[in-house]
Amino acid sequence: MVSVPFEYTRVVSYEEAVRALCDHGEDAKLLAGGQSLVPMLNLRLVRPTVLIDINAADAREPYLDSGRLVLPALTRHAQLLADSAVRCNAPLLSAAARYIGNVRVRNRGTLGGSLAHADPTGELSCAALALDASVVVRGPRGQREIAVADLFDGYLSTRLEQQDVITDVHVPVGRSRGWSFQEVARRASDFAVVAAAACVEVDPGRGAVRHARVGLAGVADRVVPAEPAAIGSIVGTVPTDAALAEVARAVAEATSPESDVHASGAYRRRLVAVLTRRALSEAIGRAHDTVAAA
Amino acid sequence: MTKTRLTLEVNGVGREAWVAPSDLLVDVLHDGLGLGEVRYGCGEGVCGTCTVLLDGEPVSACLTLAVQAEGHAVTTLSALAGEGDSLHPLQDAFLRLGGSQCGFCTPGVMLTAYALARRERGARLPSRAEVRYELVGNLCRCTGYTKILDAIESYLAGGAP
Repeated sequence: MVSVPFEYTRVVSYEEAVRALCDHGEDAKLLAGGQSLVPMLNLRLVRPTVLIDINAADAREPYLDSGRLVLPALTRHAQLLADSAVRCNAPLLSAAARYIGNVRVRNRGTLGGSLAHADPTGELSCAALALDASVVVRGPRGQREIAVADLFDGYLSTRLEQQDVITDVHVPVGRSRGWSFQEVARRASDFAVVAAAACVEVDPGRGAVRHARVGLAGVADRVVPAEPAAIGSIVGTVPTDAALAEVARAVAEATSPESDVHASGAYRRRLVAVLTRRALSEAIGRAHDTVAAA
Repeated sequence: MTKTRLTLEVNGVGREAWVAPSDLLVDVLHDGLGLGEVRYGCGEGVCGTCTVLLDGEPVSACLTLAVQAEGHAVTTLSALAGEGDSLHPLQDAFLRLGGSQCGFCTPGVMLTAYALARRERGARLPSRAEVRYELVGNLCRCTGYTKILDAIESYLAGGAP
């Protein structure tokens, strides 16, 4: 199968990308890493008239800026694995990137593209949610910032407008944080059946949980945060294993995953309980280690 | 669709081809430039059969538009072989250890292993688990994985020349 014919234009800035999106109307698509878009073109699941290649729009590397890690949207998954600024300040993103596809997908695929594609099993979306990350978006009326928690709108769907381009991803950085990424897939490199990403901040003195966030993939039409009331119950405590198991059970009960060819809804819900418990436990352990080492 | 002239470097040699915007790199390399070792497999970036190195890094040629290779360097398996019948040490390892059966997946497998060796060069020897992780996106329809891994390990242990 080959794609339907389309025109191709290469832009060298995000401003130019927005102009091109305005000029070409709703049948234009942005091309970043192309690791989801091009398979969809080859299968004729999408039929754009114009592709706007943004790969030359930005040459920045990830950097730290006033307490947050700034990741250019074109940061490749392979960079998330190799870049020292990412590994030191957002190791959860590096851990999540390890689970993505294969080496070719990781060489080409981009962070901004993953978030914009909004796959409900997306590892990076799941991690970005746990990290309280946000995206910087440029559109015809200028620039704005959207929390990743507000970005997803349904299956492969976001709140971005047709003429918007994600330019940056901001990740808050904290010294007393621990993290964990847990995933079950049918085969290595497959899409996740369920994944859980946890980010936990502890009190440097007593070690009590100060803030905890868990992102879940594979349980709904989009990546979702774990039930906040359940997660909130461990805040202010140094939770026991039994308490974490209880929280994870409550998180699983608040989900209603559907059955498909890969897994039944009941199995997915069971995975949510197991992976949430493991993720919280490991993240809290890492946060304690970080505080002890400081 | 209007065709444009594509200029790229293939295996160290400047090449040109007339391509439509929607032409895939795999088709231009195989059909246009006659490189039989670049093979169309799944068309979804899953099987690894069309793997080529774009500026030294493995990519799926079925997920890369030919126009995206404008001004870039593409490496295919024929760049590895030496003069005449002489084999590259990686090819020699596959021959000695039976790492190639029907041969359909072999170019993609070898280029992925070659890129891993280049990336780790001089640093350290990747473990078998790391080689497996790197090769997870290269499917062998003969399922000859054990011998493929043996051959790659032998090549890496020999210093990956």
